[in-house]
Amino acid sequence: MSSLRIVWRKSLNYVMLTLTGVAAFAVVSVLFLILGYLLWNGGTSLSWNFFTKLPKPVGETGGGMANAIVGSLKLLFLAAVMGLPVGLLAGVYLAEFGGKTFSFIVRYTTDLLNGVPSIVIGIFAYSLVVLPVKHFSALAGGVALGIMVIPITVRSTEEFLRAVPGNMREAAMALGASKWKTIATVVLPAASGGILTGMLLALARVAGETAPLLFTAFGNRFWSQGWGQPIASLPVMIYTYAVAPYDDWHRQAWAAGLVLLALVLVSNLGARFILARSKAV
Amino acid sequence: MSAAATTIAHEVPPQAGPRAFLHRLRQGDEIAHLITLTFAAVILLLTSMLVYELWVNSHLSRTAFGWSFFWTKVWDPNFDNFGAAPFIYGTLVTSAVALVLAVPLGLASAIFLSELAPRNISDVISFLIDLLAAVPSVIYGLLGIFIVVPLMRTTIGPLLINTVGNVPYIGVLFRGPNYGVGFLTAGIVLAIMVVPFIISVSREVLLTVPREQREAAMALGATRWESTWQVVVPWARTGIMGSVFLALARALGETMAVTMVIGNAAAIKASLLAPGDTIASTIANQFTEATGDLYLSSLIELGLVLFLITFILNGLARILIVATERGGGRPA
Amino acid sequence: MKKSLLVVWLMTLTAAIAAAQGGTVLLNAAGATFPYPIYSKWFDVYHTAHPNVQINYQSIGSGGGIRQLQAGTVDFGASDGPMTDEQLAQSKFKILHFPTVLGAVVPTYNIAGVTGELNFTQKALAGIYLGTITKWNDPEIAKANSGVKLPSADIVVVHRSDGSGTSYIWTDFLAKVSDDWKNKVGKAATSVNWPVGLGGKGNEGVTGLVKQTPNAIGYIELIYAVQNNIPYGKVQNAAGKFVKADLAGVTAAAAADAKSIPDDFRVSITNAPGPTVYPISSFTWLLIPAQIQDAAKRDAIKDFLKWMLTEGQKYNEGLSYAQLPKAVIVRETKAISLIQ
Repeated sequence: MSSLRIVWRKSLNYVMLTLTGVAAFAVVSVLFLILGYLLWNGGTSLSWNFFTKLPKPVGETGGGMANAIVGSLKLLFLAAVMGLPVGLLAGVYLAEFGGKTFSFIVRYTTDLLNGVPSIVIGIFAYSLVVLPVKHFSALAGGVALGIMVIPITVRSTEEFLRAVPGNMREAAMALGASKWKTIATVVLPAASGGILTGMLLALARVAGETAPLLFTAFGNRFWSQGWGQPIASLPVMIYTYAVAPYDDWHRQAWAAGLVLLALVLVSNLGARFILARSKAV
Repeated sequence: MSAAATTIAHEVPPQAGPRAFLHRLRQGDEIAHLITLTFAAVILLLTSMLVYELWVNSHLSRTAFGWSFFWTKVWDPNFDNFGAAPFIYGTLVTSAVALVLAVPLGLASAIFLSELAPRNISDVISFLIDLLAAVPSVIYGLLGIFIVVPLMRTTIGPLLINTVGNVPYIGVLFRGPNYGVGFLTAGIVLAIMVVPFIISVSREVLLTVPREQREAAMALGATRWESTWQVVVPWARTGIMGSVFLALARALGETMAVTMVIGNAAAIKASLLAPGDTIASTIANQFTEATGDLYLSSLIELGLVLFLITFILNGLARILIVATERGGGRPA
Repeated sequence: MKKSLLVVWLMTLTAAIAAAQGGTVLLNAAGATFPYPIYSKWFDVYHTAHPNVQINYQSIGSGGGIRQLQAGTVDFGASDGPMTDEQLAQSKFKILHFPTVLGAVVPTYNIAGVTGELNFTQKALAGIYLGTITKWNDPEIAKANSGVKLPSADIVVVHRSDGSGTSYIWTDFLAKVSDDWKNKVGKAATSVNWPVGLGGKGNEGVTGLVKQTPNAIGYIELIYAVQNNIPYGKVQNAAGKFVKADLAGVTAAAAADAKSIPDDFRVSITNAPGPTVYPISSFTWLLIPAQIQDAAKRDAIKDFLKWMLTEGQKYNEGLSYAQLPKAVIVRETKAISLIQ
């Protein structure tokens, strides 16, 4: 092999690998820029009041977003309960049981669902859950978000189940395990890291969605009881405050953005921690 | 002594026929199959109901405009004349720009994080990038307004106009008045929004590529890059393409952030620096205020059109994958 | 289906909770974004005075308010533009309009070298937004601003990208003062096919665009301009005078034609006659069903309206909204008895 060719290959190697580092650096810088901006603008609005008090009208200090924080948590809980099992089990079907044509249709449809604008999903949930009972509710918001959670979960579940090497499955079956037992006790745990990533990514995405909640969860200046009443959420508050004329509200909007990120961060950490613990055992 | 061989009688499961079915049933496999099938079917059901709703609620405008809805360039709520052409154009252009920017950037970052970075740094960075996915659309929009738009107007725009703008053919993409808002700005903001999906999923998939593959390539004398690009990445191809699908879908349906930086002019212009509008942004902007049945119906028909676009784009992308299937991928 | 079962379960649960909550009256309302600050103030103060009444108002937009009211998902609505005859005819039940506050829309601009207030004739504004007047030193603008050096730069027009009551008021004014506008773009509407210009989302978006783009002009709500110290120009009213928008000028617009305001209060007060009138002013309305079944809700709404017309008006000026003229208040108070 000519030395020129080797030099070319080596320099290409160096250049490309450096470029990947540059790319990663660029992306991370953007992230820190965003976080920094949020911290700078919203950090000053974070206070004990922010976390414990209800919103106050403009001009009055001491208001907070306590109900929106709880509301976002409740909505995410509903979305997780309704959407994650569907996504997980559908992903299992596609990876383990699926027939060729049916699987193709399901995959295609899932991608389509993912592309529907969030406001259209909100309108859909509105006609499904709000109109029949003639009032807005946390449940409707949960349904809208739950639908949005499904596609990402399905895709990542299927992808990471498939990535589990065949010899693990065969070993389990050789020990006499039935197919579903193999999946439940061997394949799923092996793929759990990737699947969890997908689920958390999906929840992270819907945590920040505003449009689907406008016609479903609606919003609430007060505490919301149970699941059948309108409920406040951080993204809707951000949306309302960010386009208002008041500086105080703008700062609260930034602060809310920061809290939202923190919420996602904590749940991510928590979930991974629990996963690591259960795996170690 | 009897030389009769003692054999341990294993119970061999019946292979075919009704007894086999019963056996599988008892084992729980059929139930598992059925349950997972049901949930997969739920997705089909949901999507069909969604399309049905869109179809039914757009009845007025479909009958009023017919196929001309696709190429009418006017969107006039006052005179009840609605056409989707400018928004179809805007949606396609911004999504294209977003992917052109995000896919190389995202893939390169994913490669870096999975192949080169030490595992713990890679984990932390990847974790932080996942956080980007949680930033609300509205905040991306605000950041777009405060940072990207002025940058585009004062620096990037003029730079592009003066350099690429003078190149024949491609130059037409970068001509004309430059306000800071427009297709390019929206594409950039979209790229930032979808890159976490690409990085996150691609990185995880690249990590699952068995070590043997890399080592085999290196043993054959490949450089690190060659091993990565020619062996590892193709192995993970379907997962990476999946992440691109996710990114594309998000770009097509993104509302808030786009609407704040695209300039909201219902027009078709060649220049990327010109203002325009997308389907999702139009629906989000006008739906809450729309009164008038034809107006509402047209907005919903826009949603249907977007669905159709997603359908076609997904189809094209899949054909592309099949056409480029050259082996070297993970055995399906 | 799984989900409808959940809904049924939820309804019973909701009923149980409602029963348990006893005396609390929960009212949900939706509509205009323009009066959101004053409404949130009112509902908060009212709640403090009447702790058992919770009024939850969400600003999803005037159109949204009208639709949700008609769909029955909210107890009352709010809109920056009155409902049209067609909308009222389509409605399954009778809806009453109650004006609450007055607001105004002002033109804001960003021209290099121009720091003072510009005067805009009616023709100038119409021409700019129609795209027929394209440069800042156009005679139509220059003749009203004799001391100011206007550049020969192209005007960058900014309008609202989202449907909004602010656009409704602006286009209402333009349609009244310019036949060209009325023919080409149409009557007042929250969303129109703008002949020229860029769109910004919300007042914030428009202001941002105008601030950042040299030689731009846009329209924003008065309260927004005041609260954020944004310079704005004077507009020529029907009497030919150039008026800078302020609360007095806005109230004058409503008082000017007070006697000719119809009984259902659906009226446009843009371009009202009178020398001190600010011409781009408007009411904003609460939309209340004429018949409310739930006695507790009905009483709460009626009581709130009475409060709003007396105590509530005192909070207007603090938030840069104009008070309703006395003549209108008197007539509204009488109209409250129409709610049954």
